[in-house]
Amino acid sequence: MADAALARVHDREASAAFRRHFLSRVVIYGLLSIFAIIYLVPLLVVVFNSFREQPEIAQNGLIAFPRSFSFHAWADAWSTYCIGGTCEGMRRNFLNSLWMAIPATILSTLLGAMNGYVLSKWRFKGSEVLFTLMLLGVFMPGQIALMPWAFLLGKLGLTNSTYGLILIHVVQGISFTTLFCRNYYVSIPDDLIKAARIDGAGFWRIFRKIILPLSPPILIVTVIWQFTGIWNEYLFGVVFTSGREQPITAALVALTASGTNVRAYDVMSAAVLIGALPPLLVYFLGGKYFVRGLTQGAIK
Amino acid sequence: MSSLTIRNLRKSFGSVEVLKGINIEARTGEFIALVGPSGCGKSTLLAMIAGLETVTEGEIRIGDRLVNSVAPKDRDIAMVFQSYALYPTMTVRENITFGMESRGVPKPQREEAVKRVAALLQIEPLLGRKPGQLSGGQRQRVAMGRALVRDPKLFLFDEPLSNLDAKLRVDMRTEIKKLHHRVGKTTVYVTHDQVEAMTLASRIAVMHQGQVQQFDEPQAVYDRPANMFVAGFMGSPAMNFIPAKLTTGPDGKPAVSFKATGGTAVLSLQDGISPGAAGRDVILGVRPEHIFRYSPELKAAKKSIASIDAPVEMVEPTGAETIGLMRFGDLEVTGRFDPDEAPRMGETITLGIDMSHACLFDPTTRNLI
Repeated sequence: MADAALARVHDREASAAFRRHFLSRVVIYGLLSIFAIIYLVPLLVVVFNSFREQPEIAQNGLIAFPRSFSFHAWADAWSTYCIGGTCEGMRRNFLNSLWMAIPATILSTLLGAMNGYVLSKWRFKGSEVLFTLMLLGVFMPGQIALMPWAFLLGKLGLTNSTYGLILIHVVQGISFTTLFCRNYYVSIPDDLIKAARIDGAGFWRIFRKIILPLSPPILIVTVIWQFTGIWNEYLFGVVFTSGREQPITAALVALTASGTNVRAYDVMSAAVLIGALPPLLVYFLGGKYFVRGLTQGAIK
Repeated sequence: MSSLTIRNLRKSFGSVEVLKGINIEARTGEFIALVGPSGCGKSTLLAMIAGLETVTEGEIRIGDRLVNSVAPKDRDIAMVFQSYALYPTMTVRENITFGMESRGVPKPQREEAVKRVAALLQIEPLLGRKPGQLSGGQRQRVAMGRALVRDPKLFLFDEPLSNLDAKLRVDMRTEIKKLHHRVGKTTVYVTHDQVEAMTLASRIAVMHQGQVQQFDEPQAVYDRPANMFVAGFMGSPAMNFIPAKLTTGPDGKPAVSFKATGGTAVLSLQDGISPGAAGRDVILGVRPEHIFRYSPELKAAKKSIASIDAPVEMVEPTGAETIGLMRFGDLEVTGRFDPDEAPRMGETITLGIDMSHACLFDPTTRNLI
């Protein structure tokens, strides 16, 4: 009898605790859902509009559920829409961005890996000072370098060219990639290097055979970081290129600025999405490695 | 013929001198242990022999060749690291062949060498695995395999057993000894474990504060330690140090006297020791195993046994033997007893001290007299 009473009291307390727990869950997930919606609605609107017909947008407004469906805007934005007098769509600019971002990513990542290797495993007098100086580049806003770059690109004859932008992004990116790689390589035991030296391996062989095979986690991080950063970069693209040579971020601005009285919201939406797809793809493919690579040491 | 000669070797990091004139010579096939507490410079010395640290002053010769500024790969050495330093992305086979590959040894020869070493260390089933899939003991074997495959002039071991658990450490110790017997290569072995040094080495260099305190055969280091540091470092439990005065015993022979519980103890020294004038301050060093329960039969069998009464303060059974802590005046003295005749706590025991093994040290220089 007493036992049963006791059990009931316990039950009541237990269920109260459960209710509290349940309520707090509801609040948490409710808030999270609201934030998710705030973030996702603009994307949804843009995706919808890229598939709606322009007259339908004009009639029902920018934010509305689609009543029509076509790929027309995508095709237009890709290859025929007129920006500033040329009617080639975004294709050329999209390719510009690819030809800029891919080599710049690869080069800056490789250079960062080598710098990191030297600064962590082959320290020399002043290497710490050098590293600190390189770190300054991480905190330096890109616009500070606008004038020097203008001067340098002019001297090199690389204005209004993708090569110029590649050069800029490689140099501007080195401080980041060096920081990432150096901090990762510091956690690789020095004994490995010593053992390899006794085994007769030199500077490059140790890099290729021991350091690089241990590097995928951090290389994925730097590649994603560099690629999205370079792809989304806009200032240098606008300042140093024009017209057909512009990367897609700069061309998107031209797209909104150009044109007639009617705003072609459908084409703009499609163009924006075309411009956003590669970084999204990279993140979808490598995102989980990104998080893992940032939190993981080299060797347990 | 000597295969490793170290002469007056010095090493400084900035203004800090970590090695202060090291002299060591290893004969061909010898097993040298460098032993000492952490920070004594033993690992730095090994790294200098390997060529991983530069030489500040002095010379290192391997064989007849001065190697002070020779690159590690050209010194004809192989090294086993404390952390094993196996290349984590390579299989065991690739780990073992990496060195030969770097030196351009043709593939059939490499395969041959891997086979030989894998058989020697019984690691054939592991050849396809990565280091991450191996246990500590297996990694240890692979690390040794990587060194053995070179067939070098000189093997260097840097505390190779300190990451293993106690049981495995003893097994691997035996195995290293067997291996050394079979391979017969000159070996330098760094350890902070005096038991490892005693069991493995043909000669031990005891290091402290950047200097070699004593370089001799294990038993000699143990029986006749050059100074109080060596005496205290080698052996566990550590040697007892008893401040005493030289005097003349009742039989007219030299003796030592010190304050014991309930009066002054006078212990006759072994014949043939002439430590100096009576009245001189000395430190009497007695190892715990030379302190035991006194009996007239023992005394009859061995004249050098002296006796002394002391209260027992603490008893620690270890199974094979029992450690007793006795009070001599204001000193605590450790003795090792057979469990059958171990003292009880609080008892006052008559101890026998085998004076033939006692050492005398100078209290100011701390050196053996």
